[in-house]
Amino acid sequence: MASSSVSWRPTASIATLQKRAELTVAVRSFFARRGVWEVETPCLSSATVTDEHLQGFSTEFVGPGAAQGRTLYLQTSPEYAMKRLLAAGSGAIFQICKAYRNEESGRWHNPEFTMLEWYRPGFDHFDLMQELDELVQLICSTEPAERISYQQVFMQHVKLDPLSCSLAELKQAAAQLGHGELAAAETDRDVLLQLLFCDAVEPQIGQQRPCFVYDFPASQAALAKLNPDDPRAAQRFELYFRNLELANGFHELDDAGEQKARFEQDNLKRRSQGKQEKPIDPMLLQALEAGIPACAGVAVGLDRLFMLALAQSSISDVLSFDVGNA
Amino acid sequence: MAFYSTNEFKAGLKIMLDGEPCNVLENEYVKPGKGQAFNRVKIRKLISGKVLEKTFKSGDTVEGADVMDLSLSYLYTDGEFWHFMNNDTFEQIAADKAAVGDNVKWLVENDPCTITLWNGSPITVTPPNFVELEITETDPGLKGDTAGTGGKPATCSTGAVVRVPLFVQTGEVIKVDTRSGEYVSRAQK
Repeated sequence: MASSSVSWRPTASIATLQKRAELTVAVRSFFARRGVWEVETPCLSSATVTDEHLQGFSTEFVGPGAAQGRTLYLQTSPEYAMKRLLAAGSGAIFQICKAYRNEESGRWHNPEFTMLEWYRPGFDHFDLMQELDELVQLICSTEPAERISYQQVFMQHVKLDPLSCSLAELKQAAAQLGHGELAAAETDRDVLLQLLFCDAVEPQIGQQRPCFVYDFPASQAALAKLNPDDPRAAQRFELYFRNLELANGFHELDDAGEQKARFEQDNLKRRSQGKQEKPIDPMLLQALEAGIPACAGVAVGLDRLFMLALAQSSISDVLSFDVGNA
Repeated sequence: MAFYSTNEFKAGLKIMLDGEPCNVLENEYVKPGKGQAFNRVKIRKLISGKVLEKTFKSGDTVEGADVMDLSLSYLYTDGEFWHFMNNDTFEQIAADKAAVGDNVKWLVENDPCTITLWNGSPITVTPPNFVELEITETDPGLKGDTAGTGGKPATCSTGAVVRVPLFVQTGEVIKVDTRSGEYVSRAQK
């Protein structure tokens, strides 16, 4: 958090930063032992994500070949570039890099943060949950994680089936939790699902041990395959521990046509909300057309993982400098 | 009237909610994975004094409340209104019973009070944190008691009833913390 008296001093203690360095080494050797190699991809890219709820930063490149200036976007995650590597035959890869997301700042958010992302050809999302669980156990000394489907956990705590209930039922459930005004004006099912999940589900799960929630509603599939047994759900998972969302993973969508349709759908939603449409990344679509191996991939908020490993209560406590004194 | 987005919410901002002016106490940013971001905001309603938590979609805007705090001296009451004066401009403002509320018992002439105005009218009157009150009535109490075990009730000139140590007598002036309503000490002369 920015304070009125901004200090030049690091927001984390030097001791914490040293421990953080040790943990980063442990993460790297975890992957080295498993034959997953480290890659670097550009932070600046000519395209960005169309995600309705992700706001990217952009900047202007001026130089040879771009005398008039060319817009470059700071990555919100290295996903697209890493998928292009997969399509080019990289095999299993991981990356530790900075990701940039505008409008996100608070106790658990910094607009610039460190992301760990990796891809495993031949894995589905359950295999990858297992591997992530092992990493979290190593870094945070946790017990093995629980696993529960989105539908199950939502029914348990909200008493509604998220895959079939009506908008009116969601509004009513939100109103019962004291969100009457917000709910009354809301027409988007997903916003209400997210509100109820944040408020009624997240605080109830992953308190003693981490908790995987998998098979999110298809409307929140992002870049995940749909569940072949129940296409109302997507093969996407999230990992929660002590009120923090730590990771998001997919059994990766590898169908270029379907991916393009989802991007266009995102842009339609953006337009209907008066937000700016985003250019769809043609390079990613070409790579998907060329073919990526069947794989699963996951992105982990490394700062948050370290917060938990080091028992810190805010993201600033593990950052050298947060956005308030960067 | 100005509108404020959730990004501008911070402790002390005055906004309108359910037709009532409110003070923002805390603002926490929450965002589900790849989903809509929300701000969980803790708010105090300025008229009812109720504290509640309210969730907004991040980026939503709310109408600001035209609320302002003035430091004014308490003058007198005519039974219906309580009159306060700005010592620099000599401008006077009258607050009604609803605005003064329970704090009536802490109003001492010439004490500086905080008057909160909403759209130009007083909605709350906050006395100074400490006031000095004369005791008009209390039991004589036992001689020799200095530890103040339990104490005894004392009625003050303003009508306030405060628990005081047994050694404090009628006619004495005591210092009271208006936030807790507790006796602090005998007044320094």
